[in-house]
Amino acid sequence: MTSFVIRRLLLAIPTLLVMLTAIFVLVRLVPGDAASVILGDQASAASLAALREKLGLDQPVHLQYLAFIGKVLTGDLGQSLSSGRTVISEVLLVLPSTIELTVASVAIGLVLGLPLGVAAALSRNGWVDYVARVVSLVGLSFPAFVSGILMLIVFAIQLGWFPVLGNTSGSGGLAERFRALALPALNLGIIMTAYVMRVTRAAMLGVLTEDYIRTARAKGVGPGQLVVTHALRNSLIPIITVVGLYFGTLIGNSVLTEIIFNRPGLGKLILGALNARDYTLLQGLMIIFAICVIVVNTLTDMAYGLVDPRVKYS
Amino acid sequence: MSAVASTAVDIRPGGLWLAFSQNRLAWIGLVLLALIVLVAIFAPWLAPYDPLEQNIVARLEPPSAEFWLGTDAYGRDVLSRLIYGARISLFVGFVAILIAMLIGTAIGVLAGYVGGLFDQIVMGVLDVLLAFPTLLLGLMIAAMLGASLDNLIIAIAVTEIAPFARVARAPTITLRQRDFVEASRSYGCGPFRIMFRHILPNMLSDVVVMSSLWLASAIRTEASLSFIGLGVPPPAATWGGMIREGFENILDAWWLAVFPSLAILATVLALNLLGDALRDASDPKSRAR
Repeated sequence: MTSFVIRRLLLAIPTLLVMLTAIFVLVRLVPGDAASVILGDQASAASLAALREKLGLDQPVHLQYLAFIGKVLTGDLGQSLSSGRTVISEVLLVLPSTIELTVASVAIGLVLGLPLGVAAALSRNGWVDYVARVVSLVGLSFPAFVSGILMLIVFAIQLGWFPVLGNTSGSGGLAERFRALALPALNLGIIMTAYVMRVTRAAMLGVLTEDYIRTARAKGVGPGQLVVTHALRNSLIPIITVVGLYFGTLIGNSVLTEIIFNRPGLGKLILGALNARDYTLLQGLMIIFAICVIVVNTLTDMAYGLVDPRVKYS
Repeated sequence: MSAVASTAVDIRPGGLWLAFSQNRLAWIGLVLLALIVLVAIFAPWLAPYDPLEQNIVARLEPPSAEFWLGTDAYGRDVLSRLIYGARISLFVGFVAILIAMLIGTAIGVLAGYVGGLFDQIVMGVLDVLLAFPTLLLGLMIAAMLGASLDNLIIAIAVTEIAPFARVARAPTITLRQRDFVEASRSYGCGPFRIMFRHILPNMLSDVVVMSSLWLASAIRTEASLSFIGLGVPPPAATWGGMIREGFENILDAWWLAVFPSLAILATVLALNLLGDALRDASDPKSRAR
């Protein structure tokens, strides 16, 4: 087990290097160069040269690359051009709020998606199955900001059940915090539900025709226990894979959701960096997203062994 | 050679058509998509007003007999902008997917045919690209290049290259060992002739079937980037951009955001229904389910 974990962590290193290289190349794609983009057209030659030196842009590209990798590996993501604070501290400031949103929506997705998927598989081609499939397809078709805006209009503005501006201060009682979280979490949770439901249904359909299910039924195992301990347990691997893979999309969608529901978080930070042309902050955020994706993928791989003892850690 | 049978798609019109025509949802998707494409093509004849014409007297008018879907903050007709917006969404989506298909398929076939270390490196890099959230990748590229039609297309195309390469690679690996490929090699065909004349036609249907689903994803990304402000710059009418403007007036003019939202939803849903049906029809395993 330990050696598997170590090997899996070592595998993440080349992945991280590829991502960092891609981000490095991407930032160099800025038309003109970063210094003139940051300072605008009116900047004097002297201030341009000063900024180029500060950003290391006067160095040859391969030295810039090595310096970039070196800094990232030592945890130095640079300073935000607009606020002057380090990228890390900017991120740490808003990270709890994004994590809160992400965890809540994954929880909603699992709580709604698993039973729905099981029900659809059990009533295959019946009306429950049909409705669940159509609903999940609609859920998958919603771009996160579209469903977010529609929910905002209906539940917050027309019905007035939820605050329109969200919890911008980050303070307030637990109930108030929960009310502010409800709509954004539901917005992402519904999309998550659609994914989980779809894969649960497909996995359950595959498992339910297996011989050992028939054997269990013949032995007199009740329908509830049959589904939960026999069928569902063996469907968990594809479900975990989907939840893991979806995590990246979830981060992307949370950007849009945070903007719409006016929540503090990584999404609002990205939008602010875009509007302020804060390229170091943008670059730092991309690196952090890349690391998040790699960590989740690695954890997903490790989770396989926990649910399925047949997966060998070798 | 039985592995080939499971990857090769039955593209004889009869087989695919039969499976497709029995799927009610596929018909809904097809009709919906055809309607949207027709609206985009005939936009100048269908739109009641000029989508860019401002009318300060009629600002933020709710839906009425005169303006069916209301007017925006500049007094522009929402219905006309919606109709013209279909052109940009579909155009950007189609062109981006076409570019991604050309590049991605070429990479996939090349990696699958050459194999070895080259294959491992190329697919390793693409897997990393695949793991990165589509929206964030597109956002990053569009932000770095600047907001314009060309850059938007490039950004979306890049996000969709990796899936095409994956789908093109798998059948290439099985096809390159087939007897007819071996035969053409012994006749003296060069590798590029084999790849393009012998392997490509045999796996193209896999790629085409998937492209409908990825077109849905491309259109979703386009709308999202336009909403963030990285799409085709104003005053052009784009669905994502209209929602962005509607969002700024969300407290007193709900119609600005709602109608373009429904248009995006309908387009993506139509493509997903169609793509699902095509995939099911071409895959006997999922058809049985």
